[in-house]
Amino acid sequence: MGTLERLMAKSVFKDGDVVSGAVLTGLGVFVVSEARNWDYLTPEGPGPGFFPMWYGLVLVVLSLVVVVSALARRAHTPQGDIDWQRVGRALLAWLALTLCIVGLKVLGFVIGFALLVLFVVSVMYGRPLAFGIVSGVATAAVFYLVFPVALNVALPVGVFGF
Amino acid sequence: MDIAAGLLHGFAVALTPGNLMWCFIGCFLGTVVGVLPGLGPAATIAMLLPLTFQMDPTSAIIMLSGIYYGAKYGGSTTSILLNVPGESASVVTCLDGYQMARKGRAGAALGIAAIASFVAGTVGVIALMLISPPLAKFALSFSSPEYFALMSLGLAMVVLLAGKSLIKALLAMLVGLWIASMGTDLFTAQSRFTFGQSELLDGVDFVVVAIGIFALGEVLGNMEMREGSEVLPVPKGLRNLLPTLEELKACRFAFLNGSVIGFLIGILPGAGSTVASFISYGVEKAVSKHPEKFGTGVPEGVAAPEGANNSETGGALVPMLTLGIPGSSTTAILLAALILWGLKPGPLMIQDNPSLFWGLVASMYVGNVMLLILNIPLIPLFAQILKLPVALLYPVIFGISIVGVYSVSGSLFDVWMLSAFGLLGYAMRKLEYPSAPLILGLVLGDSMERALRQSLMMSSGDLGILVSRPISAVMLALAVLILLLPVFKKANTWRVKALEENG
Repeated sequence: MGTLERLMAKSVFKDGDVVSGAVLTGLGVFVVSEARNWDYLTPEGPGPGFFPMWYGLVLVVLSLVVVVSALARRAHTPQGDIDWQRVGRALLAWLALTLCIVGLKVLGFVIGFALLVLFVVSVMYGRPLAFGIVSGVATAAVFYLVFPVALNVALPVGVFGF
Repeated sequence: MDIAAGLLHGFAVALTPGNLMWCFIGCFLGTVVGVLPGLGPAATIAMLLPLTFQMDPTSAIIMLSGIYYGAKYGGSTTSILLNVPGESASVVTCLDGYQMARKGRAGAALGIAAIASFVAGTVGVIALMLISPPLAKFALSFSSPEYFALMSLGLAMVVLLAGKSLIKALLAMLVGLWIASMGTDLFTAQSRFTFGQSELLDGVDFVVVAIGIFALGEVLGNMEMREGSEVLPVPKGLRNLLPTLEELKACRFAFLNGSVIGFLIGILPGAGSTVASFISYGVEKAVSKHPEKFGTGVPEGVAAPEGANNSETGGALVPMLTLGIPGSSTTAILLAALILWGLKPGPLMIQDNPSLFWGLVASMYVGNVMLLILNIPLIPLFAQILKLPVALLYPVIFGISIVGVYSVSGSLFDVWMLSAFGLLGYAMRKLEYPSAPLILGLVLGDSMERALRQSLMMSSGDLGILVSRPISAVMLALAVLILLLPVFKKANTWRVKALEENG
């Protein structure tokens, strides 16, 4: 298989280094373009744009090196596949956490957290639903008793008042 | 205050009932965290940081440091019983510790790990106590250019030793510098990278980033898999947990080796306890009369790395407390804690806050004794923690993280950011971008920019000031050399090999 075919065999967008390098290049370009709007040098000395300009430029150069070297590596060595099943589990957990956080304003911490525990215990770890419900209610209750009641630490409150 | 008077004052602080309790809580939590694979001291300290804001800073640092060195004690338990290191610093303990356990000497291996940790941990504290005051005195002569050079050197060391790819480590550090730049510029009041959000005018809270990257990133990584590992049984009864005289005799050099190497490596920014434990193991094997037996379950193969990773703690606290330069992610979080409590870590720290410094040093003596007492008889109890269902543990960590972040600012915006940083932490793990340089970049970013700008103000914009002063020139030259090291093929092969061995 030729170099070009190898490159085409799998989308470069599935390569973590290519994608992360491209994202960081974008970040670097953004940092530099923002820094250009601020004073680089003032009569008193370096301005607010001085430091971001320099690390932004280094960010662009280094991230491009990551992209180019990842592309060069792909041309010579076939890359191993990402285990999407494992990544999917982690992303599912993150999604559940994010939904819980988004729902805090409406549901409040106690209900949102109980639902999060139920999801992780019963859906992600396959424990019986009853065990999940008991775990969710019990852990949320313990959090409520420890933080707002015992330690006087406020928790996000929803429309139900807790 | 001389060292003897300082230490006496420290014991007066550390031995108050309140501080004894915080020391015990820290050591106990540290051991638990060390036992649990996948939850490290950095994540735990980050999660608990918000709860310390109401505490007296001395009590708080005593507790958080207890978690730091306590985790090193606990880390060996999983290495020996599961062949899964509880901490990265305990990776090498698996080699001989697990083999000893398979031969029915699990108790002795755990006992040796606890004794080595105690001996080396105590040596580390003694060295911390002796070296910090003169180093702080020397650093009093530093001005902005020296500080900028020192921070550059520290970051260069961390970048060199943080990951297999130097470029990825540098990129992680630059992202840390970018996050540190968010908010209002202290010199000109210009808002930078705030995306029109008023919540970002004060910058991104360190707690949000630390909890997101460490606690959530770590847990999300662990949640990729459902299965746990099988635990080898721990013999019951104190007698079964004590090593024989012969085993202790075989370890006598390992105790010394671990103590000295651990401390010296600890002082170097970036090297950390994992490197310390590997080097100490390597030295022990090199000087042994029977190197071929290493890896088959020899007691000195447990004592040397366990000693080194405990002594390293004392070493790592030296630059953090005397120069305000952290060498690892955990010390970066401790440094951020000191700043958040309104203290100024640096050369004046010992002079301005003698109770905190000497109280911490004395509490580490006390804590090491507590840990020895806790660890030997209670090992079977701590081993039970390994049976805790992760299905419950992980959502509890999610809950503590949310509460921790919300309790700092009462802002849901910060909690949303927590979720974003959690994803970033997981992605960095997955794509092999080390997180230590990001955290260090974030902690040092502000001070580094301030030092650079002040230096250039001093010289009316002439960059030559950074290289015309001898101390600053030497440190910057070292930083450049460190970053160029991978260019030399042989040196880079050594670096990558060391990092690969670290797992």
